[in-house]
Amino acid sequence: MNKKRNLVHPYIPNSVPEIKKQMLEEIGVKDIDTLYEDIPEDLRFTGEMNLPDPLPSEYALERHVSQLLAKNQTCQENLSFLGGDCWQHYVPAICDEINQRAEFLTAYAGEPYEDHGRFQTLFEYASMMGELLDMDVVNVPTYDWGQAASTSIRMAARITKRTEVLVAESISPDRLLIIRNYCKPIIKIELVKYDKKTGKLDIDDLKAKISSNTAGIYFENPSYLGCIEDQGKIISDIAHTHGALSLIGVDPISLGILIPPSNYGADIVCGDIQGLGMHMQYGGSLAGFIATRDEERFVMEYPSRLFGITTTAVEGEHGFGDVTYDRTSFHDRIEGKEFIGTATALWGITAGVYLALVGPQGIQELGKLIMQKSQYAMKKLSEIEGVSIPFFTSSHFKEFVVDFSTSSKMVKEVNKALLEEGIFGGKDISKEFPELGNCAVYCITEIHTKEDIDRLVHAVDECLKKEEPK
Amino acid sequence: MSRKNKVRNFHQAKWDEPVIFELSNKGERGILFPEIEKEIEMDIGDGISNLPKNMVREQPPNLPELSQMQVLKHYLRLSQQTLGADLNVDIGQGTCTMKYSPKINEKLATSSKFTELHPSQDETTVQGILEIIYKLDLFLREISGLDKFTFQPSGGSQAIYTIASIIHAHHEASGESEKRDEIITTMFSHPSDSAAPIVKGYKIINIYPNEDGLPAVEALEKAVSNRTAGLLITNPEDTGIFNPKIREFTRIVHEVGGVCGYDQANANGILGITRAKEAGFDLCFFNLHKTFSSPHGCGGPAAGALGVTEEFIKYLPTPLVEFDESKYFFNYDVPRSIGKVRAFYGVVPAILKAYSWIMSLGSKGLKEVSEVAVLNNNYLLKKVLELRGANAPYAEGRHRIEQVRYSWDELYRETGVTTEDITCRMVDFGFHMWSSHHPFIVPQPFTLEPTESYSKAEIDEYIAGLKKVVEEAYENPELVKTAPHRSVVHKINTDSLNDPARWAITWRAYLKKSKK
Repeated sequence: MNKKRNLVHPYIPNSVPEIKKQMLEEIGVKDIDTLYEDIPEDLRFTGEMNLPDPLPSEYALERHVSQLLAKNQTCQENLSFLGGDCWQHYVPAICDEINQRAEFLTAYAGEPYEDHGRFQTLFEYASMMGELLDMDVVNVPTYDWGQAASTSIRMAARITKRTEVLVAESISPDRLLIIRNYCKPIIKIELVKYDKKTGKLDIDDLKAKISSNTAGIYFENPSYLGCIEDQGKIISDIAHTHGALSLIGVDPISLGILIPPSNYGADIVCGDIQGLGMHMQYGGSLAGFIATRDEERFVMEYPSRLFGITTTAVEGEHGFGDVTYDRTSFHDRIEGKEFIGTATALWGITAGVYLALVGPQGIQELGKLIMQKSQYAMKKLSEIEGVSIPFFTSSHFKEFVVDFSTSSKMVKEVNKALLEEGIFGGKDISKEFPELGNCAVYCITEIHTKEDIDRLVHAVDECLKKEEPK
Repeated sequence: MSRKNKVRNFHQAKWDEPVIFELSNKGERGILFPEIEKEIEMDIGDGISNLPKNMVREQPPNLPELSQMQVLKHYLRLSQQTLGADLNVDIGQGTCTMKYSPKINEKLATSSKFTELHPSQDETTVQGILEIIYKLDLFLREISGLDKFTFQPSGGSQAIYTIASIIHAHHEASGESEKRDEIITTMFSHPSDSAAPIVKGYKIINIYPNEDGLPAVEALEKAVSNRTAGLLITNPEDTGIFNPKIREFTRIVHEVGGVCGYDQANANGILGITRAKEAGFDLCFFNLHKTFSSPHGCGGPAAGALGVTEEFIKYLPTPLVEFDESKYFFNYDVPRSIGKVRAFYGVVPAILKAYSWIMSLGSKGLKEVSEVAVLNNNYLLKKVLELRGANAPYAEGRHRIEQVRYSWDELYRETGVTTEDITCRMVDFGFHMWSSHHPFIVPQPFTLEPTESYSKAEIDEYIAGLKKVVEEAYENPELVKTAPHRSVVHKINTDSLNDPARWAITWRAYLKKSKK
């Protein structure tokens, strides 16, 4: 495009000179520059943006970007055991088929008529999540789990009119950073210790820290360290006794086999739906959900869009629309609850497709499969000399901590050796959780075969056996 | 439709599709997972028995049970009942910058060389995607004149919240965060420019437009004080009028020690024309799903690319993507970082698509995008003003940048037909027509934005649709008031959506409430 001034780009139909001329005549100006009359000269950018020479031919563009992408090594080409806020699950073909449909991919904010399908799919998504969570209200998804947890905390603060929140220390450190920034300077966050033997919440520490200023206690199940928290009822009861809310983050894919948090006292439940039908996309496909009971005091505190089912002028027709739109900042920028904008609707639609495909039997089988495979991996890894599994006595889902402290190798060294074998070892948490020592979080899902796990175990064993001159 | 008859005899797909639970048949399966290996089963057992008893879910969740093709069919039907930008002349959703999202970019972003990347992979294994992230940062520096971008905010509103957080951190560094508790914005800026800073604890001073539709410099002078933390302003605002005094605004706010954030969510009319830097801003953001072509996805995933001047880099969320002349890497060493606003690095598929879009167009191409978007808008403006009952408040006789907030007030007073009625009737011809979000200052508002993607013939078709509905409003207002007639469903009853006893946000809530 540099030299050929009159190149008509395929994305810009009216760059055809004759059409431009016609339109300018119709407007009654001699050139496009006149249309910018309100931008003063001293605000005009007169230079040229220093961008690479463009690749207007689609072939050249495809080749260029593909060559860049070819430099990546993926979890498909390698064997990955990375988890921790983004997970490699199997993505059914129909999930991709639906979220690539031009209608869904390129729609935005139409009315409940011409975008009826958008409203219905998101209502159905919320409905299926509601079944999984055993709760009656689920939002149109927000950015990610971090935002969902942050908003859950903000909602709790508004509902209780209190400004302190307790957060379990075993939370994902990145999520804690998001929460801290979202709460600052309005809500004070205090951490509650976890039991170093079990990985579960330290109830004594909770009792010591909770007070009549506490808006809520937030913990996750399973935790970032993979442990299943089985004291949920006790924690929720303690919260409720103090007039605080029980706020629980959960991995929705665990709920085929684990009871949902609403059954052990949760008032607000949140989490991420990425595992429900979204490829990892380098962490770009996260989406957060928030769920509550169907009580006005909860519903009115959501900042999110909530889609509801209703009737139409024609008997028997289902219609859909916004429930209590007046809550939102689209309706009132000052009085609206927090703020609303474009978030992650397409992933909500996709998660709906996933849940519809999986069904009640599938979600149970999936949970069981993950339990069996992760337990097998834990057992086999624990048999390696130099490896131990902290919190081994606690139950886990999908993820677990592997400790290399008794070996001569740092996690970083182990992962480097594994990488040479085409294996992405678990996430190094030796900086995130220094008190645990030289640890990594490993993630096992339904995609891992026995052979994959055996290969990992073998590679770790070989790596630890190898004496390297320091 | 013959080319002479500009309005289509349209009817949207109407499948009368049940809610998915109504399609459930006990025992049907949509997908199967691998069987557990016998050796694992023998070694471990069922994996469930050793769970704490109180944690085991006895009853499976009541999800619908459908076979695979039936799930597919259901969702395909619902997709046909959704009017995406790929199907209609999508100039009726003003402020949203509905443009062509090139299919090649979708193809690239759905490549397994991208989709199967885990964000915690070793840096050596992700050099390709890091290069794309880094280069997009370089491109946006050129487009804005600012010095560093982060892509962590996953939407415009989250970018605004991030700006509010940086403003707070900046004043905190000088011990002034408590004293400086006011953010100034304008009524025609995006609602989140008020709403997000309020979450950060700020009081908001909203400047109303003067008779020219612009915030007055005098009003700003009155608003600033030693309590001013910063300014958050859209330009051009939702009216499409460019604020020529914008540099005065940043100067006045800087003089009292405030920080200036430029909401460039929609920068579609000004690429290569005017920049945040020359206007004196410290921070700005672009929505990659608007100006930079990443598709809107029914409302996300999205990305708010946030740029800052050198002075503010130290507050950015971590990590930053950097390049040391041999490799791309993450920098977590950001001394006064606000922490994080989103997990990992942001909505990376949107980054990839924006990168690819810019690479297709280059510097001249981007400028052409803006110029044609502005040409299209002013052509549309001319045509809309010829319609009976329509007008464009403020700045009469002036040209606009990329969009216009119009009004049907005259038509409403003459016929009783409202913006909402017209919106519903436009649907019958296969069009969107969006009113506006808060504030509702312009009576019977509607906002149109014909980006560079639409041909003159398409714009003419949209005008013909409006013209047809206007004629109907004057001749047969009932027809318009009872619309839509040829869409998926008919006028919905909204009362129950605001009634706690009747609203139903999930199917299970609906079943409970409809039994009563």
